Amino acid sequence: MEKETRVLDEVTIRFAGDSGDGMQLTGGQFTNTSAAMGNDLSTLPDYPAEIRAPIGTTYGVSGFQIHFGATEINTPGDHCDILVAMNAASLKVNLRSLQENGIIIVNTDGFGDKNLKLAGYSQSPLADGSLTKYQLFQVDITKLTNLALADMNLPQKTIDKTKNFFALGMMYWMFNRTLDNTNQWIIDKFGKKPEMVEANSRVMKAGWNYAETTDVFAVKYDVKPAPLTPGKYRNINGNQAAALGLVAAAHQANLDLFLGTYPITPASDILHELATFKNFRVKTFQCEDEIAGITSAIGASFGGALAATTTSGPGLALKTEAMGLAVMVELPLVIINVQRGGPSTGLPTKTEQADLLQAIYGRNGESPIPVIAASTPSDCFTMAFEASRIALKYMTPVILLTDGYLGNGSEPWLLPQEKDLPSIAPKFRTNPENYLPYLRDDVTLSREWAIPGTIGLEHRIGGLEKQDKTGNINYEPENHDLMVKLRAAKVERIANDIPLAKVDGPESGDLLVVGWGGTYGTIKTAVERKLKEGKSVAHLHLKYINPLPKNVGEILSKYKYVLVPEINLGQLIKILREKFLIPAIGLNKVQGLPFRSIEIEEKIDSVLGGKL
Amino acid sequence: MSILVDEAVNQSLVSSVKYTSKDFSSDQDVRWCPGCGDYSVLAQVQRILPELNYPKEKIVFISGIGCSSRFPYYMDTYGFHGIHGRATAIASGLKIARPDLMVWVATGDGDGLSIGGNHMIHVLRRNIDLNILLFNNQIYGLTKGQYSPTSESGKITKSSPVGSVDMPFNPASLALGSGGTFVARSLDRDPKHMQTIIKRAAEHKGTSFVEIYQNCNVFNDGAFFQFTEKETKSDSVVFLEHGKPLVFGKDGDKGIKLDGFSPTVVSLKDGSHSTNDLLIHNEKDSTLAFILANMTYNEEMPRPVGIFLAVDRPRYEDEMEKQIDSAISKRGKGQLDKLLNGGDTWVIQ
Repeated sequence: MEKETRVLDEVTIRFAGDSGDGMQLTGGQFTNTSAAMGNDLSTLPDYPAEIRAPIGTTYGVSGFQIHFGATEINTPGDHCDILVAMNAASLKVNLRSLQENGIIIVNTDGFGDKNLKLAGYSQSPLADGSLTKYQLFQVDITKLTNLALADMNLPQKTIDKTKNFFALGMMYWMFNRTLDNTNQWIIDKFGKKPEMVEANSRVMKAGWNYAETTDVFAVKYDVKPAPLTPGKYRNINGNQAAALGLVAAAHQANLDLFLGTYPITPASDILHELATFKNFRVKTFQCEDEIAGITSAIGASFGGALAATTTSGPGLALKTEAMGLAVMVELPLVIINVQRGGPSTGLPTKTEQADLLQAIYGRNGESPIPVIAASTPSDCFTMAFEASRIALKYMTPVILLTDGYLGNGSEPWLLPQEKDLPSIAPKFRTNPENYLPYLRDDVTLSREWAIPGTIGLEHRIGGLEKQDKTGNINYEPENHDLMVKLRAAKVERIANDIPLAKVDGPESGDLLVVGWGGTYGTIKTAVERKLKEGKSVAHLHLKYINPLPKNVGEILSKYKYVLVPEINLGQLIKILREKFLIPAIGLNKVQGLPFRSIEIEEKIDSVLGGKL
Repeated sequence: MSILVDEAVNQSLVSSVKYTSKDFSSDQDVRWCPGCGDYSVLAQVQRILPELNYPKEKIVFISGIGCSSRFPYYMDTYGFHGIHGRATAIASGLKIARPDLMVWVATGDGDGLSIGGNHMIHVLRRNIDLNILLFNNQIYGLTKGQYSPTSESGKITKSSPVGSVDMPFNPASLALGSGGTFVARSLDRDPKHMQTIIKRAAEHKGTSFVEIYQNCNVFNDGAFFQFTEKETKSDSVVFLEHGKPLVFGKDGDKGIKLDGFSPTVVSLKDGSHSTNDLLIHNEKDSTLAFILANMTYNEEMPRPVGIFLAVDRPRYEDEMEKQIDSAISKRGKGQLDKLLNGGDTWVIQ
């Protein structure tokens, strides 16, 4: 029977199962294949905080969502169109993210009495009529997988590990994807174990065949390639991108990269990534605590390294005093905060934007630090490079804010080439004549970097207040006042050295939506939809927050209303109100989850409708 | 080293200049209280550095917060006055980034063992090649006289008006327990001994931990007089010397022998024992080092002073350099374009 093919512009699929079901791998393979076939896409893994939660429970559910399309894709998708659920618990946890009339594909073997009980179902949702508003497809994936491998004499444990490939094979059929990419991956991964290559390949093909030949699925879908900028791409998540950004910056600065850090979710992957780049002379120092992470980095910076420390919310709190030291000694330092839900330990694996005020203001004394933020996973590369550039040029610590959503989320990245990256090499002071540690450059106000080992430049720095120019300890009132103002002015001058802010949409109008950080894709999607409806709305996304680009005030003044969506109780909005005295309107949600575009669209409608 | 650092710094690890102690005095006025034991440590360090024949510009002193932590300001070398407790962490980062430097840490019993205790134990287990001088005055001086983690139990201070109920650390035991490879103790009022110990500490490859009994004549005057003053010193202190029997007392009339694992004092005068019966110090023996360090707060035993342990173990920064060298020899020097183009890539035409 020839099956019907429908063409779709965009689709969101969520793979969900037990932690041990291999859903991240399945999602990752679907992503790589879709990327290779030319779709634009955005993905978000969703895994439990528990490492090995009991099998079959709701807190052991691991999910992976991919939004892909023939058009520009900016978010991992508000809702999914298709939910693949390998057991009862994963259905229970993920059903709320499924569209009405969406497709559910379940592995019926995961809905036995024990699974139902563990998931908290009193009766099977497959039979009680509760799923009638969806299109439900029931497949005994476990049994079919066993049948496919019946003649191979494999241990049951091995067979169980391949069943995710059956689900993947079905989805590849449903979306007209080639099996070649994953087959190649299987060979690369299991090359030394021919029986594993055979088993995984065979199960995937069995899934594909099952969908093709049985009557279970009547429709397949076609998602055409997206009009992406030509060039070479790879799929990258924010943490990988940040790590590569630091390596690229060290390379372009002709310095060695030193990372002092302490493992913390969701920032640890930056450490893991950098630990593999030893042939770039990257030194990763896994410290005894967060404080040693930043102070060792300050020590390395004193010695002439491009020094960085990585952390997440509570870790940033622990680094507070040392950040003040870095401000005082005026040494370059990159601090990357992959924000997570707070306060305290909070929601370690969930995303949030609630550390902005901590980053800008959270230190004792007048302690100005430049703060910048990445807006998409691949933008973490650009901004990590930018944080390094600013730190080196202005001899200052710089905080780069990303978040769990950006750190773990991924998107296709048009690869930059070395020749396109600027040189950011600093000039070490080597001439001992008339050297004073706190003499400043007229333009940048930054002091010179003189590293130990340089003959004749022996000097002492530290956290006590410095005398202007000499850097000697000094407690005189006028000197302190001067130094406080010089440190602030130095950071303010960075505004001369960053791009002007740019609005997407009309340059003036009724409403400007102002965002920062990981909300970029969601706001962009919402504003584009409203523009298509003919609404007078525009989008400004701030990547530089301290200092702000010089034209922000002017931009804000050109719109009747300013709306600031944030995953916090209103932090950027405080700064905009204080600096520009505007009655900005907040949209705030703090659920550990990204905004959905629809939430922003509804708020845009209500503001434009006069309901503030 | 990176290209830029390579260009900026002196490559030699041996000085072609002959220094005197004056070459290591900075232009800053020394502001410790008159009579403070810190002056002695400063003087001995400045006296020993010329003997090391190490280029001055490659020497760095790093400190935390406290009276002793003013030390770097008085040395005409590179220096970093850090924040409270973090000197060892700052120094670790510097030494890992720049193994060519000789890095010293000046810290105290509060800075190094209280707020900075965590970094202290971890630097010792990693064996990063730092020379740590721990000025132990058994009191908080800079904050004007509260008890410290080395103050004796029952200590009456401003913050413990009826006596502290804390049990003190024995710094030498803590350092040994943390895997320290060079652990020693010296006295502010014994300059010769301190010079010997400081020199050995500088020459040791790995973390050197030197506890220096240092008198705070304002807030804890006389805390160590029993061990430093003529009248009591010989009966109260046993100097540890490698390969020599443990003899102490006026005219060497007493010794220490091992009774099982317990050291005991014996008389060399009453004919019952000779030096042949005594414990011979071996600074390579870590078990012995623990036994000797544990004599510290035992009132029946003299206070052990000298080098408890001096053994070799690979250093963190060297091992890291080896991993880097091996990665470069296996994979070639990192090429940025190759890195950026790594992973699964695809081309959009």
